[in-house]
Amino acid sequence: MPSRSRILAALLLSVFVGSAQAQQKASPPSDNIVARGEYLARAGDCIACHTAPEGRTFAGGRAMPTPFGTLYSSNITPDRETGIGKWTAEDFYKAMHTGRFPDGGLMYPAMPFASYTKVTRADSEAIFAYLKSIPPVNQRNREHDLRFPYSNRQLILGWRTLFFNEGEFKPDPTKSAEWNRGAYLVEGLGHCGMCHSPINALGGTSQSDAFKGGLIPMQNWYAPSLTSNREAGLGDWSIKDITDLLQTGVSARGVVYGPMAEVVHNSLQYLSDEDTRAMAVYLKGISEPSPPPPASSALPTTESSLLISLGKTVYDKNCASCHGAQGEGKPPHWPPLANNQSIEMQSAVNPIRMVLNGGYPPGTEGNPMPYGMPPFAGLLSDNEIAAVVSYIRTAWGNRGTPVSAREANELRSAPLN
Amino acid sequence: MFSRCAVSIVLYLAACDFATAQAANQPPDTMAARVEACTPCHGNKGEGTSDVYFPRLAGKPAGYLYNQLLAFKSGRRKYPPMNYLLEFLTDPYLQQMADYFADQHPALPPVAATDASQEVLQRGQSLVTRGDPQRQIPACGSCHGPALTGMEPGIPGLLGLRPNYISAQLGAWRYGTRTAKAPDCMQQVAARLTEEDVTAVAAWLANHPAPVNAAPAPKGTYVLPFACGSEPD
Ligand code: HEC
Ligand code: HEC
Ligand code: HEC
Ligand code: HEC
Ligand code: HEC
Repeated sequence: MPSRSRILAALLLSVFVGSAQAQQKASPPSDNIVARGEYLARAGDCIACHTAPEGRTFAGGRAMPTPFGTLYSSNITPDRETGIGKWTAEDFYKAMHTGRFPDGGLMYPAMPFASYTKVTRADSEAIFAYLKSIPPVNQRNREHDLRFPYSNRQLILGWRTLFFNEGEFKPDPTKSAEWNRGAYLVEGLGHCGMCHSPINALGGTSQSDAFKGGLIPMQNWYAPSLTSNREAGLGDWSIKDITDLLQTGVSARGVVYGPMAEVVHNSLQYLSDEDTRAMAVYLKGISEPSPPPPASSALPTTESSLLISLGKTVYDKNCASCHGAQGEGKPPHWPPLANNQSIEMQSAVNPIRMVLNGGYPPGTEGNPMPYGMPPFAGLLSDNEIAAVVSYIRTAWGNRGTPVSAREANELRSAPLN
Repeated sequence: MFSRCAVSIVLYLAACDFATAQAANQPPDTMAARVEACTPCHGNKGEGTSDVYFPRLAGKPAGYLYNQLLAFKSGRRKYPPMNYLLEFLTDPYLQQMADYFADQHPALPPVAATDASQEVLQRGQSLVTRGDPQRQIPACGSCHGPALTGMEPGIPGLLGLRPNYISAQLGAWRYGTRTAKAPDCMQQVAARLTEEDVTAVAAWLANHPAPVNAAPAPKGTYVLPFACGSEPD
């Protein structure tokens, strides 16, 4: 009987909300340190950097292009010769907490120790226990390929003085336990700030700019501010829409794509309902109300009105079949464009890239068969791309600004992966 | 939501009305709607488009298509717009996409006129049907089938492709930008071909009409001259 009603409930729910359902997810049992470590390693998304395409899990060797040259991630399997088999739990905690190798050498901040420093000793030990339990892989680390002078690790000292604040997470006693759990995950293991903060010329983020949004170097995707409601601040989102987005990659308000699709695919979809909700509560809490932007435009108005009327023609022909004549979409699978913050932001990089490259939200347990958007790079001219992006940024009450054909053209050469 | 639905018949009926309205406001629950991201390049049913480098997908063996999708996903086969689209999709979903296109049967395109000389076409035909034993080149048909329609699960047919696409793929194998599962038999074949051989086989294949039944032969119909990782035995 109970199982029947569950099936019935599931059926009803799926008709109601149009699939994309987050499954019930529980936290790992607290008495199993290896299972807990595996869960926390997911929350830290170690796999994204420490596993190469088609490579062995956690054997490293993934190339990470930076403005200073290419870094290669390390083998963190318990192989004694080429991995971290000889490390102690103390060595490991020191690496996570202080960004130093066992011999005291400095790590490049591409390893997100500036966030992981907030991880508790107990959680660090669980992750270490898990890493010790996976099969060792004998694979030597590849030398980094950095230009002079960046190849000199002493330079990291300067970076650390400016941007690194060592220290475990300190709960805010004025906030709920749930809020603090969310903060711990977002600021620590989730290393969300690594992308969602402006990166200055030194490749660092100052504390005061945390979560204020920024263009990710080399990838040319804009990671929006998580505090401003004019970007990805989630102040006026419901908790359910936020947890849907984090757990399944799609929601009634918008979808993830580009680097954020990676984060959901490899990490966030595996978090328990409880932890996901805690993150949502925290994210909703840190958003700051911001005044509506002035509806001004960098382009002369006659030019922009011509652009926008061409844009409507392009839209009706190529986009309305999925996103709706009024930008209403068929959420969550075909996202709404009306009142969608992520296309109205000051930076138009993301909507231009979406139109050029199309995309699929990540395949997740809650949304295993996502719907996709075709790339339009080969079908539309620079002018048509600029026109349709200008149109969706300004139609239906959207408060974005028009974009130029030159901006569209520049993003044609953005790297795709 | 369930309990609310179940407690009152009135509410239940109202909910069902609402549910139909919601379903109508959803994209069709079909594979066709899910692969709309692919069709501007590959055609509505995978029949191909006017772009000579965009291959037909329809009717190819599902195992072959799946292998290609895995290779694009990992970046082993390179075409950045596709590498990007597939990066975060799961393997079972890629299998469903492969099955979907394998099940489509739009008509093959009519054979295009060729400007290749009779001599070139003859050289192509001879390589495809007999190979060149002196240079240890097996007949293409020894793997791709006597009717060149391929074999389940991993060997594609060679008809209905355009000459530019065939040359580009053989070139990609020779230069190492396309690789298949080891042992990569197709790489061993392509490495033995000269530029002239490639032009000749591409011209003849593109000019050769397909048989009425262009379906791939069932698994194990014939024995390959040497082992291919894509076609496990
Ligand atoms: C954004 C990419 C990224 C993520 C995410 C990441 N790492 Fe790293 N990690 C690196 C890079 C790059 C290095 C090499 C640093 C260097 O050489 O200075 C590294 C080095 C390390 C080392 C040193 C290994 C050695 O043999 O010297 C350990 C241990 C490590 N990471 C553990 C982890 C764990 C555990 C996680 C997840 C909680 C993680 N990393 C997540 C990029 C990353
Ligand atoms: C590798 C870089 C990266 C990391 C790490 C990252 N993000 Fe993102 N995120 C992005 C980019 C780029 C976008 C813009 C694309 C999009 O909207 O999906 C984005 C968008 C978002 C959005 C807005 C989605 C929408 O539809 O408006 C939210 C919310 C978000 N990220 C939350 C997080 C949280 C929480 C974390 C940490 C658990 C995180 N991100 C970690 C790059 C990243
Ligand atoms: C076949 C259906 C389809 C068509 C046609 C289509 N899209 Fe999309 N669109 C989608 C899907 C699915 C996504 C989510 C993609 C992802 O997450 O990677 C999306 C995402 C977007 C986004 C990002 C939305 C967000 O939440 O941040 C923008 C902007 C967009 N589309 C604009 C357009 C424009 C402009 C056109 C016409 C030139 C268009 N789309 C045509 C299906 C479609
Ligand atoms: C921008 C155009 C474009 C889009 C969109 C696209 N493809 Fe492709 N596809 C190509 C090109 C070009 C090739 C050949 C690449 C090469 O040269 O190796 C290809 C190759 C393939 C192949 C291998 C065919 C063979 O015979 O070897 C498969 C399978 C495939 N695509 C499936 C898909 C699927 C499924 C989608 C949607 C998720 C998709 N493609 C989206 C352009 C595209
Ligand atoms: C030993 C067996 C074998 C022989 C002989 C062989 N092939 Fe192949 N061929 C394969 C296999 C297996 C594949 C699929 C590889 C993969 O999974 O990517 C393939 C794929 C191809 C493709 C790619 C088709 C597409 O849709 O992208 C072309 C083109 C091709 N072969 C042409 C030839 C030609 C021309 C010859 C003769 C000169 C030849 N092959 C001889 C086994 C063979």
